[in-house]
Amino acid sequence: MKTKVKLEDLNVHFDKNHAVKGTTIDFGENSVTAIIGPSGCGKSTVLRSINRMHDLVPTAKVTGRILLDGINIYERTIDSVSIRRLVGMVFQKPNPFPAMSVYDNVIAGYKLNGRINKDEADELVESSLKRVALWDEVKDRLKANSMELSGGQQQRLCIARTIAVKPEVILMDEPASALDPLSTLKIEELIEGLKEKYTIVIVTHNMQQAARISDYTAFFYLGELIEFGETKKIFTTPDKKQTEDYITGRFG
Amino acid sequence: MKIFSFRKLNNSVMTLSMVMATILVLVPLGLIFFHIMKMGLSSINLDFFVQIPKPTGETGGGMANGMAGTFVLIALASLIGLPVGILGAVYLVEYGGTRISAVIRFAADVLSGIPSIITGMVAYAMLVEPMKGFSALAGSLALSLIMVPIVLRTTEEQLKMVPDTLREASLALGVPLWRTSLKVTLRSAMKGVVTGILLAIARISGETAPLLFTALGNQFWSNKLTEPIAAMPLQIFTFAISPYEDWHRLAWAGALVLVTLMFGLSLSARYLGRTKQQS
Repeated sequence: MKTKVKLEDLNVHFDKNHAVKGTTIDFGENSVTAIIGPSGCGKSTVLRSINRMHDLVPTAKVTGRILLDGINIYERTIDSVSIRRLVGMVFQKPNPFPAMSVYDNVIAGYKLNGRINKDEADELVESSLKRVALWDEVKDRLKANSMELSGGQQQRLCIARTIAVKPEVILMDEPASALDPLSTLKIEELIEGLKEKYTIVIVTHNMQQAARISDYTAFFYLGELIEFGETKKIFTTPDKKQTEDYITGRFG
Repeated sequence: MKIFSFRKLNNSVMTLSMVMATILVLVPLGLIFFHIMKMGLSSINLDFFVQIPKPTGETGGGMANGMAGTFVLIALASLIGLPVGILGAVYLVEYGGTRISAVIRFAADVLSGIPSIITGMVAYAMLVEPMKGFSALAGSLALSLIMVPIVLRTTEEQLKMVPDTLREASLALGVPLWRTSLKVTLRSAMKGVVTGILLAIARISGETAPLLFTALGNQFWSNKLTEPIAAMPLQIFTFAISPYEDWHRLAWAGALVLVTLMFGLSLSARYLGRTKQQS
C-alpha cells in the first residue's frame, strides 16, 4: 500500500510536558487508521500535528517530520493554511458555524475565503451532502439554521463541510463520541465509504468502533506508540502485552 | 433560644442596611433625572431642536448646532476609535503573545483611568497646536482616546468567550487566521461588541473636559471639520455659567436631552446584552 502520510520521529512538547515521544508511523493511502489508547496518551496530539493545529498554541513545540506525499509539512517554506486545505479535520463535538444556514455551512470553506459562484456552490452543496447521506434529510431546509439539525446531522454536516474543500486526508477526533448509537452507526458507515477517495485517520475511545471501521490500528500509551499494525492482528494477536491488556479492558 | 433570636435580629438588621444602601444608590439617580425633567421639559419645543442659540438679549433659540456637533464628534471619534479598539482586541486575543498582551492590557487600563482633561491636552498638542486652531478633528481625537480602552477591553472579554471549537472549525477548513478572526470569531461576538460600543458612545457623549480646548464650541453652525464645532456638553457648560435666564433654560433642556440620549444608549446596550444570553 502506498504511504500517504508518514510521521518520522515526531515529538510534541507542551512547555515541559513531553506529550508525544518519537513516533514513526506510515498512514496508507485510501485506508482508515484508528488511533486508540487511554485518555491523555497523546492520540489527539498526534492527530492535530498532521494538520498543524498546534501552530496556534504558543507553548506547543513540534519536532521531527511529517511527510505528506513525501513533502515535509513542517518545512519553513510551507504555509500551514495550504496544509489544512489538503488535510481536513472533523472534531469531537459537532461544530457547525452557528450563524450560518445548512447551505452556507457546506460551502463555508469557500465563503470564508472569498467568493464562490452560485451554480458551483449549488452543485457542491448537493454533492457534498449526498456524499454524507444528509441530502435527503435536509434538501428542503437548506436555508434553515444549522443549529436546528440534530447532533448526528450536525456532525454529518461538518463532514460534508470538510470534504467540500476537497482535501486528500481527513482527520477525525472522536467524531462519534458525542452522538447516540444510531447516529454513530451512520457516521461509521460513512467513513467506510469515504476511504475510497480519502485517507482517514481517526482517534477513537471506542475499541469496537476501531475494530469495525479501521484497516490499521495504532495503540498509544503515555505518549509512545506501543504497537501499530493491521487492525485484525492488533485485536486478535497483538505482539505487546500492553496492547493486549488494553484491548481486553484490563487497564485504561 | 436566645441565640436563635439574636441571629434573627442580626439577619433583619443586615438585610435592612443592604436595602438602605441600595436606596442610597438609586435616590441620587432618581433625583437628578426628576430635577432635570422638571427644569428642562418646559423648554423643550421644536425650536430647541432646529434653531441655533439666539444672540444675548433675544429670547428663544435652540441647540440644534450643539446636537449636530455632538453627533459629528461621536461619529468621527468612532471612526478613529472603533477600528483601533476592536482590531486591538482581536490582536490581543487571537495573536498576542502573553507578554505583549499584558503590556497592552495594562496600557489600556491606565489610559482609561487618565482624567479626561488630559486626553484633551494630548489632542491639543497633537492637532490644535500644529494646525494652529481648534477643530472638530481635535475634539474627535480627544474623545476617541477615551473610547479606545473601553472598546478594547469589552471586545476582548467578548472574544475570549467565543469557543475555540469555532475557531478550529474555520482554521481546519484552510481559512487563514486573520480571516477566521474577523469573519468567524469577531462575527460571533458581535452582539457583545456592539454593547461595548454603545456604552463607549454613551460615555463620550457627555464628556466636556476634553472638548474645552479641542473642539472649543461654536455659537453657529460649523461647515468644516477644521473649524471649532459646537457640542451639547460645551453648550450646557457655557449657558449654565452665563448670567442670562433664557440661557439657563436652554442649558436645562440640553441636559435633559443629553441624559435621555445616554439613558437610551445604556438601555439599548442592556437589551442587546440580554438577548445575547438567551440565544
